[in-house]
Amino acid sequence: MFNRMRKKYIFSKGVDEYFSGIHQAYLFTALFFREAFKRPFHLREVINQCFEVGLKSLPLISLTGFIVGIVFTKQSRPSLEDFGATSWLPSLIGIAIIKALGPLVTALICAGKVGSSIGAELGSMRVTEQIDAMEVSAINPFKYLVVTRVIATTLTIPVLALYCSFVALYGSYLNVHAEETSSMISFYQSAFKTISFLDITTSVVKTLVYGFTIGIVGCYKGYHATQGTRGVGKAANQAVVLAMFLIFIEEVIIVQIANWIR
Amino acid sequence: MKKLKQHSINKEDSVISISGLFKSFGELEVLKGINFKLYKGENVAVLGKSGTGKSVLIKLMVGLLKPDRGEVVVLGQHVDQLESKELNALRIRIGFSFQNSALYDSMNVYQNLAFPLTMNKKNLNKKEVDDAVEEVLEAVGLTDKIKQMPSDLSGGQRKRIGIARTLILKPEIMLYDEPTSGLDPITSAEIIELINEVQQKYNTSSVIITHDLTCAKNSANRIAMLLEGKFLKVGTFDEVFDTNDEQVKAFFDYNFIQ
Repeated sequence: MFNRMRKKYIFSKGVDEYFSGIHQAYLFTALFFREAFKRPFHLREVINQCFEVGLKSLPLISLTGFIVGIVFTKQSRPSLEDFGATSWLPSLIGIAIIKALGPLVTALICAGKVGSSIGAELGSMRVTEQIDAMEVSAINPFKYLVVTRVIATTLTIPVLALYCSFVALYGSYLNVHAEETSSMISFYQSAFKTISFLDITTSVVKTLVYGFTIGIVGCYKGYHATQGTRGVGKAANQAVVLAMFLIFIEEVIIVQIANWIR
Repeated sequence: MKKLKQHSINKEDSVISISGLFKSFGELEVLKGINFKLYKGENVAVLGKSGTGKSVLIKLMVGLLKPDRGEVVVLGQHVDQLESKELNALRIRIGFSFQNSALYDSMNVYQNLAFPLTMNKKNLNKKEVDDAVEEVLEAVGLTDKIKQMPSDLSGGQRKRIGIARTLILKPEIMLYDEPTSGLDPITSAEIIELINEVQQKYNTSSVIITHDLTCAKNSANRIAMLLEGKFLKVGTFDEVFDTNDEQVKAFFDYNFIQ
């Protein structure tokens, strides 16, 4: 009996399940691209999801961005003072926030807030048969639930990241202004002086990729939730953990590619 | 209580025909060679213990699951061989009432009912949708709940709205998954009455999955007794009840018949 059961796995249960999970995720992503360009487009639901992702994340993004700006400026000032280079502070903050912190902080916050919410919502819809109910009503649940959410996160997170960067720079400006008199315009000009078009493009591309990752991972985990309410919690948790893990890997890869292009 | 419509059933005219159906989940064999026919205008109750594959059977009928072997023909079409477009066209003609109602949590009653209609019939104007919603709400006797959220409804009301949601597409076949489970006897009786009303008003043929003998007796023209993956006995309630089969007798002995 034991031998018979062992024969069913190519390697072992864990390894087989791991690779089958990757294969399933690949099929899920491929299905997204197949369905995303086919009618009907459910534009109203996309807008509704953009509102859910974007507007509802604004308070948290604003607060985090603002604090990141203040704290980063406070931490950087003493080091620059040692070299008499405080005039470089806006440029340093600009590079750090626009190129790295703004997109990354936004993505991590959204992975936690939006990713878990998508995972839990779809997971709960799966275990309470609401997804099956859509299917038997001749509605394509993948298109209505997954495609709309992934498009919404992909479009909204770059906007949120830009907003977060501006708020962080404003926090930084307030901190700089408290120490020495400077106008906001000259601060922003100095901050953007060292930022190239490629930097902005890289940031936007990064956030598009992060947005897609958060959406697709949240949807994948929620859509395949099992085991009742326990499965819903698990789906939400895995959506956050996996999305964050992938975001860090993507960050490294995209920065490397941008450096090659430069 | 509105009684079940007893009429002559034309046994040439089957709306669901299943033959040699097998379904397993991993090592677990759930259905082991099912043969079944549902004739136009009749209600058939599938009785059986929990975990015998009753819900799996109706999920196979509507293409939510694929059979391992065998044929599932619904309204003249082989369900497992249909492309997604054809399957959706068939699904519009089948109403599926879920065990836990499966109402969309984020939508109110009106939106729950209008959703399948607006998604499938894009050319309807607001008034037509409103009229259709009102009609099905009247049919289930819950017109006053139109603005409520599913979480504000009782178990019986949720079941009724679930049934209303399937009726809005005017199905020819109704599949009820445990329509009376988790309900008190009075609400169960109301749901049974509703099933019979639906059959009469909408001329549907129905499969009712249940382990509730009262529900089976009062809502079905025929009973199919599913035990260990096979239909052990199919016939009228009295025919199935009057048996020497030990397993069927044991099932009946454990249930109280009202």
